[in-house]
Order: sequence, then C-alpha cells, then structure tokens
Amino acid sequence: MRRLIARELHLSLRHGGDTLAALLFFLLVVALFPLAIGPAPETLGRLAPGIVWVSALLAALLPLDRLFGAELEDGSLDLLLLSGIHPAALAAGKAIGHWLVTGVPLLLAAAPLAVMLHLPEEAIPVLLLGLLPGTMVLSLLGTAGAALVLGARRGGVLLPLLVLPLAAPVLIFGVAAADAASGGLTPRPHLLLLAAFLAGSLPLSLAASSAALRSAAE
Amino acid sequence: MLEAEGLAAWRGERLVFERVSFTVPAGGALLLTGPNGTGKSTLLRLLAGLVPLAAGRLLWEGANALADLSEHAGRVAYVGHLDAIKPGLTVAENLAFWGNRAAVQAALEVYDLRRLADLPARMLSAGQKRRLALTRLELYRAPIWLLDEPTLGLDTASVVRFGERLDAHRRSRGCVISATHLPLPLPGAGEFSFT
Repeated sequence: MRRLIARELHLSLRHGGDTLAALLFFLLVVALFPLAIGPAPETLGRLAPGIVWVSALLAALLPLDRLFGAELEDGSLDLLLLSGIHPAALAAGKAIGHWLVTGVPLLLAAAPLAVMLHLPEEAIPVLLLGLLPGTMVLSLLGTAGAALVLGARRGGVLLPLLVLPLAAPVLIFGVAAADAASGGLTPRPHLLLLAAFLAGSLPLSLAASSAALRSAAE
Repeated sequence: MLEAEGLAAWRGERLVFERVSFTVPAGGALLLTGPNGTGKSTLLRLLAGLVPLAAGRLLWEGANALADLSEHAGRVAYVGHLDAIKPGLTVAENLAFWGNRAAVQAALEVYDLRRLADLPARMLSAGQKRRLALTRLELYRAPIWLLDEPTLGLDTASVVRFGERLDAHRRSRGCVISATHLPLPLPGAGEFSFT
C-alpha cells in the first residue's frame, strides 16, 4: 500500500504538468467570477463560498480520467490487480494519491482565493474545514467514477456526469457551513454532515471501485 | 502442478473456447499455439484470474486455484502483450513497485539493463521495453509464469538469456505457460493447439 502511494506520487511528480493543471484551472475559474459578476466586495463576499466550492469540485475532476485510464491502456492495471493487493485497497491507494496531489493543493489555494473574494474573515477557517472532508469525498467519488467509466468510449465525458450529481450534497453542506459562519451561526451541523458523507462514501466508493476494476480487467 | 479441466471463457457475447483441459506438472511447460483470435491470450488471462471462468475447474496442487483471487495473484507472474511501462519513470523506477532497491538492481543485471537503469523508459526501444517487462518476472517469485508472446521483439542474445531464466525457473519446480508464434527455448514443453 505504501509502495502504491509512493508510485502514485512519483508518477504525478514526473507528469508535473497534469498536476499543476488542476490547480491552475482552479485559480483561473475563481478569478473569472469577479470579472463576470463585478468586483463589488459585498456581492463577491456573499458568493465566495459557492465560487470556491464549485471551482474546487470542477478542478478535482480534471485529473480523474487518467487515474485508471493510463493504467488500463499500458497494461499496468492487470499487473496491479495481480500484485496481490485487493482491488479495494488499490482504489484506496489511488484515492489517497488523488487527494494528496489534487485535493491538498486545492485546499491550500482556497484560503488566499477566499481572501481575494472578500469572504468574511471568520468564515475562512470554516470554509477550509469543510473543504477538508469535502475534497476527500470528491477523491473517493472520483475514484469510483473513474473505475466505472474504464473501458467506456468517451469515458472522460461520462465521468463528470456520473460524479457531479453524487457530489451535490457535499457542495450543499460545504457552502452552507461557510455561509452559516459568515452569518454568525454555528457551522457545526453542516461540518458533521460532511464528515458523515466522508464516512459513508469511504466503504461505498471503495466497494464500487473494486467491482468496477475487476470487470474492467476482463 | 496446475490442472485445467474443461475450461471455457466468454468474451462479450462470444464463446472464445470451451472444453480446454491440460495438466502442467511442477517444472513443466505448456505452449499455446494457434491462429490469432482463437483465445490464447484469453486463456492466459483466465489462468491469471483476470477473466472469470465460464465453466470447468482450475486446480493448483489439487485445490481450487481461483477460490481466493488475491491468493492466486500471489502465485502467478503475468507478462501480457502490453509492456506496462510508464514512459515518464526511469527503468529502475518502473520496477520499484515490485521489489526493493537491492532486488531491482540485481534483476536489472539479468537482461543487461543495468546501464540503462537511470534512463527514462520512453527512450527505450521496443526490444528493450520487452526486456524490462521480462525483468519483472525476476521480482515476482511466483511459481506459475504466464507469458503472452514473451520473445516478441527480443534480440538473439536476449532470447538465449531468457531461455536460461526459463530453465532456472523450471529447475526450481516452477511452471511456464506461454502463448507464442515464435519458437521458444522450452525443451520438453507440452503443446496445446487452438483451432
């Protein structure tokens, strides 16, 4: 398992462009909003959590179609499945790799972007606290989605259609937590619900990925 | 000893083969021959546990081999027709997942890849990539070798080297099952012909 994660990190470092692309995409999409809706601080501040969350969601999808796609194309997937690692553990390794390479940079970039969008100061820690389980859930759902579309033609198009609806609840409660904090309410219930989504998506995503990987190798 | 009794496999809606039976004793070898598209690769993938069995039984040392797929995966070393090489990683890094540093360095000697160890794999020729794929066999320590056209693109010296490794594997009571169109250095191998 450690070797699998090390391999993931090694690969994404070598293909640094792909890794950076998701982060740059995130920065650019967020930067487009002030251009589109005007720079008025109060409007931007109100919309900031939604902007950051939607952009993070879209950016996290970018590297997903290569997550297993590259492994299937060059025959590595067969070897990984035959390495004695259970397919669910394989998916877990991939999800951790995706989170470390995409989720963590998005999380780090979210704070300065939130400041840029005039999000009230007290809401920034809550936004990040929500993004922490949020990006983990996205990595898990994304891994399951990437495994499911393996072998499908135009899998890259199918993938967002599959993952985005599933990610909607995370988006709702993530944004609600930050909104509650900037409105002076407690964000605790929303954050707890996000944690519950993480706890729920962990076994479900891994089970789905496991079955999908086995059938993709056939 | 690997015994197959009446194996059959589906691929999509098509029955690829049925009633395939053979026995490979410890130290034995089996060549799969026949025209393209008759199911040689599918049989290898089935023996590896990647393709589900439609009918029949596969026994390893008398027990159902496919009962626990993860355990079976530990028994087989599979070299498919794809080399499974990451072009962005170096030759040594491509092997790092399969063994520790010392084992990788030792394995690289086998097919004379030590000189190329720090070269990105995208710079390798087709034959060198094949040698790298075969090098993984040295790291698996699995008793059953499943090989799909293993010598495709190899030069004469490497084929000789490969023959020595096959001999060594069989002397240590390992089995070799290989699909091939080229003559392989496997003396005394059984043959299963697909039609």
